[in-house]
Amino acid sequence: MTAIDLAIELGSALTSNKVRTGLTVLGIVIGIGSVIAMVSIGQGGAKSIESSIQGLGSNLLTVSPGALSNARGGVSTGRGMAPLSIDDASAIAGIAGVAAVSPELNRRFQMTSSLGNNTNSNVIGVESGYLTARSLAIDAGTFITSQHNAAFSRVAVLGPTTVKDLFGDADPIGKTIRINRMDFRVIGTTVAKGSSGFFNPDDTAFVPLETMQRILVGADVVSTIAVSVADKTQMADVKAQVTELLASRHRVDPAAPDFSIFSQEDVLGTLNQVTNTFTMFLGSVAGISLVVGGIGIMNMMLMTITERTREIGLRRAIGAKQWQISLQFLAESVALTLLGGILGILLGWLLSLLVTTFAGINTSVTASSVVLGVGMSSSIGIIFGFYPARRAGKLHPIDALRYE
Amino acid sequence: MIDCQSIRKIYASQAGPTEALKGITFSIGTGEFVAIMGQSGSGKSTLMHILGCLDVATSGTYTLDGQDVTEMNENELAQIRSTRIGFVFQAFYLLPRATVLRNVMLPLMYAGVPRQQREPRARAALEKAALPEKFYNYSPNQISGGMMQRVAIARALANDPVMILADEPTGNLDSKTGQMVLETFQSLHRQHGRTIVLITHESDVAAYAARIVRLKDGEIIEDRKTI
Ligand SMILES: Nc1ncnc2c1ncn2[C@@H]1O[C@H](COP(=O)(O)OP(=O)(O)OP(=O)(O)O)[C@@H](O)[C@H]1O
Ligand SMILES: [Mg+2]
Repeated sequence: MTAIDLAIELGSALTSNKVRTGLTVLGIVIGIGSVIAMVSIGQGGAKSIESSIQGLGSNLLTVSPGALSNARGGVSTGRGMAPLSIDDASAIAGIAGVAAVSPELNRRFQMTSSLGNNTNSNVIGVESGYLTARSLAIDAGTFITSQHNAAFSRVAVLGPTTVKDLFGDADPIGKTIRINRMDFRVIGTTVAKGSSGFFNPDDTAFVPLETMQRILVGADVVSTIAVSVADKTQMADVKAQVTELLASRHRVDPAAPDFSIFSQEDVLGTLNQVTNTFTMFLGSVAGISLVVGGIGIMNMMLMTITERTREIGLRRAIGAKQWQISLQFLAESVALTLLGGILGILLGWLLSLLVTTFAGINTSVTASSVVLGVGMSSSIGIIFGFYPARRAGKLHPIDALRYE
Repeated sequence: MIDCQSIRKIYASQAGPTEALKGITFSIGTGEFVAIMGQSGSGKSTLMHILGCLDVATSGTYTLDGQDVTEMNENELAQIRSTRIGFVFQAFYLLPRATVLRNVMLPLMYAGVPRQQREPRARAALEKAALPEKFYNYSPNQISGGMMQRVAIARALANDPVMILADEPTGNLDSKTGQMVLETFQSLHRQHGRTIVLITHESDVAAYAARIVRLKDGEIIEDRKTI
């Protein structure tokens, strides 16, 4: 019995009851299709988050007030701890290997333009180092300078989304906007950077940090200090030095600080954790439908074997060995699931294409998910086909021949 | 060529054990045409299953073509069936999904005959079984019972077995087609020197054979040559 013999036997067995074969295969198609679609949605989401985070600058350390509860690398910042200050930022600037330091204070405010449009956006108090630290560029006009900070100037630089919200297509430079009912003069705009999923850097207005603290917030604090490290290889070293320095300034134990420092890597790692869990969750929900499909295969195989009992008896009588009978039925179930798997990959790919087109969620059907689909479908065939095939092989020739 | 010594077969059933064969001792030589006769329940089919290596005796020894078959396992028995025995059943048992030609090639596949040799051998067997060539690519559903039984005979012949075992081969046929099938067996015996064991309960069917073995309640009560 060669592989060709097996293929010919398969062909005639599977085409003899096309409707039943089709319906059974459909179960697998749906199972594999949803696994592929779910995994591709999960992976696509992970990929787009990852690329937007990398766009924020890969050698950036972010210092925030509050301790990091470091249980399993989770990110959760406690509130109500000792705040960070501009002096903390200036001290960090003195550390070797630090390229730029940007203390920032972040709050949402209602803004109104001279045209009467209004928007509720993020207002960030910054110093001149912001552009370097956050790798942002000016589109038109100028950015906040140290003179603006020294003089508590009421000037603002707008992100492209804010410009659009407040001024439409008109040129905003030189115009006046009201932030929290106080007048600010627009001196520049920044280039578009694109959303990173949960924070849109384009939907912001930048004002001098001193102005923000004194006039808008009324507190001498900063919410974040962004530290840009000159050389990526020095990240860990600089992070340690910043920890040491801030701990001594705040008079706390460096092992239990009242602030936390993330690098982009930390954030990426955590997000990967989240998206992996998410992908696995989606995948296992889809996997359940695959198991249901597998049970369908098993059911069909048991039915087929009952129907073909006399055929099995005859084959055994004319010399088929037990393993040859088992192999034939196992090949049938694997062929069914493999066919279902291939069609399922196409369906899953189509589904993720639809999701991308109509829901705007990035998806990616990778080679590994195709391998996963083929591997899973053939394993389902082997696992759920094994018992029926074994049973077919074990039939006694005489009993099988006599079966009515 | 076939030698049975005190073959006993006991079936265990819910109603208690049934002794279907109670010590059968006989032998069949190469090229013989033997009819095994007896009433229903006399143990004919049971004997055929043992002779055909489809089942094993509870006790006694059975030697086929110099090989002791008594102690063989399932796969060794399958190997013996594949190469040395050809079966013809009352109900034909042809695969409806395959053509006549492919049905005849089936035993060759299990015997491991290379693909390109199968078709010529199947054609030769069909010729010996006197099946007209126009039926070769028909489906078994499209031909008459007599033709189906000839296909089954050709299938039994395909592997050049040392013995053909036929259990009531004319049981599903009318007397005229039955006669034609029996003539086919007779010519296989006379012209090709085949060893044939035919099971029947009809004496006019048995008349085609050269020797008649009569069973009653699992024992041989008569063994005679007709010619
Ligand atoms: N699988 C089995 N289990 C239990 N008893 C069996 C089994 N097969 C046969 N028998 C019993 O063995 C005895 C012989 O049966 P066997 O089938 O050999 O008879 P037979 O001569 O072929 O009859 P028939 O002419 O009706 O085919 C019978 O009493 C039958 O009931
Ligand atoms: Mg019988």
